[in-house]
Amino acid sequence: MTLGTSSFTEFLSVAAPELLPGRRPLPPGFAAGEVAPHGTTIVAITSGEGVVMAGDRRATMGNLIANREIDKVHRADEYSLVGVAGTAGVGLELVKLFQVELEHYEKIEGTMLSLDGKANRLATMIRNNLGAALQGLAAIPLFAGYDLAAPSPEKAGRIFSFDVAGGIYEETGYDALGSGSLFAKSALKKRYRPGMSTDEVVRLAVEALYDAADDDTATGGPDVTRKIYPVVMVATAEGSRRLTDEEAARVAEAVVAARMENPGG
Amino acid sequence: MQFYASPEQMMRDRSEYARKNIARGRNTIVLTYEGGVLFVAENLSKSLHKIGEIYDRIGFAAVGRYNEFENLRRAGVRMADMNGYSYDRRDVTALLLAQAYAQVVGAIFTEQTKPFEVEICVAQVNAAPEQDELYRITYDGSVTDEPGVLAMGGQSDSISGGLRERHRLDLSLTDALRLAVDALQSIGGEGGQPRTLSADQLEVAVLDRNRTGRTFRRITGTALTSLLQAPAAASAEASGENATSGDSAPSEPASGS
Repeated sequence: MTLGTSSFTEFLSVAAPELLPGRRPLPPGFAAGEVAPHGTTIVAITSGEGVVMAGDRRATMGNLIANREIDKVHRADEYSLVGVAGTAGVGLELVKLFQVELEHYEKIEGTMLSLDGKANRLATMIRNNLGAALQGLAAIPLFAGYDLAAPSPEKAGRIFSFDVAGGIYEETGYDALGSGSLFAKSALKKRYRPGMSTDEVVRLAVEALYDAADDDTATGGPDVTRKIYPVVMVATAEGSRRLTDEEAARVAEAVVAARMENPGG
Repeated sequence: MQFYASPEQMMRDRSEYARKNIARGRNTIVLTYEGGVLFVAENLSKSLHKIGEIYDRIGFAAVGRYNEFENLRRAGVRMADMNGYSYDRRDVTALLLAQAYAQVVGAIFTEQTKPFEVEICVAQVNAAPEQDELYRITYDGSVTDEPGVLAMGGQSDSISGGLRERHRLDLSLTDALRLAVDALQSIGGEGGQPRTLSADQLEVAVLDRNRTGRTFRRITGTALTSLLQAPAAASAEASGENATSGDSAPSEPASGS
């Protein structure tokens, strides 16, 4: 019996490589891009208490809406959040694998990884998917968390973005991901201030998603008729938490009401 | 080495070897209580654990040689995470793990030069105390189902009887902890006298029935000391003192992990 590794993905690559997303042989030249759901907006914003991440609910296949209530933002572990854009199936698999990866390390070693360590593991997983990504099955995450080793609570909320080759980039203040990210970031550029409360930042995130949905067909705005609202999650000293449907509804309905007066926000 | 040894002799020698070494070690007790499953081990180290988390509702406890049971624990976590990932989290059960452990430990007992000097327990917390599962796997790969309370280690035989008698499924955490610690204190003292174990000498963890997701949590530091000091309703009654009710003891201790 060997000591083995604390990494779940490394263990799988030895014990069951077929379960890993990057390892499946694809016929060369096959471009799955058009046949798989795509497009999204995800925003992550730091607050004085941690970080907030929110994502829209729409999955598109070309001009069709494939799903109205897809969850793109997930709890990665006790203190971190991950949102993913790109091919929905690949992205969800990436998230699921990442969640197990973090939990596995914690159980084997008896201690949680550092926030930088978690970001690094995520980058490695994306790097391993590069082959499939180049053939159209790409998924890119946005990662944010509460850093327990931060020098002060105001600096604890941290955001990391990635590229398809597995590069990590730490962002300051806020970042957005997906087809609507440019519109979301333009909105945030004007409204964001460092050190806001969690409630203010949640409102800001939903406003940014609304602005993205306003200009990008692949991003869904709040659906007041069906009561489908953005997924909003927070990571603070108390841990990671998803806002309940009622809380998200309250914020989204307030945003919609304000836009009735002033559509530009 | 041209000696012939009969298979019975070899197996007997191996059993003797494993049993003797396990008997030298300190004890670990696992029991069901009203709020979940409690693990109590006598352990002087703060970082080398005898009790570990395997999955959402499954915990692990062991006695014996550290590196051997630590290897088994890691293998169990890997197996649980892999099954949970390929199927669903609800498909990972203590029974599955106990059977896998029995296979592995049994194979080691027969095929390797030296058997594993370990005894392990895999426990699962379910919806009600009557449904909790406790499995014991011994050095030769035998697995037994011992619901309620299970003791492992050197003098487990002498404490099992008393434990079973005093154990009830609806014990509070304070009372369950008291029961386990009293049992551990009744053995291993100078000249057979009972001794006192402080929080520093214990490793305590629970599988919390009322949590969703990962239910395992360690009880350490102030939380442990205050639980140990709280007057237990059962023992206060027994000694005829003015029993303070269980409410005065913290019923949901802050978790240390």
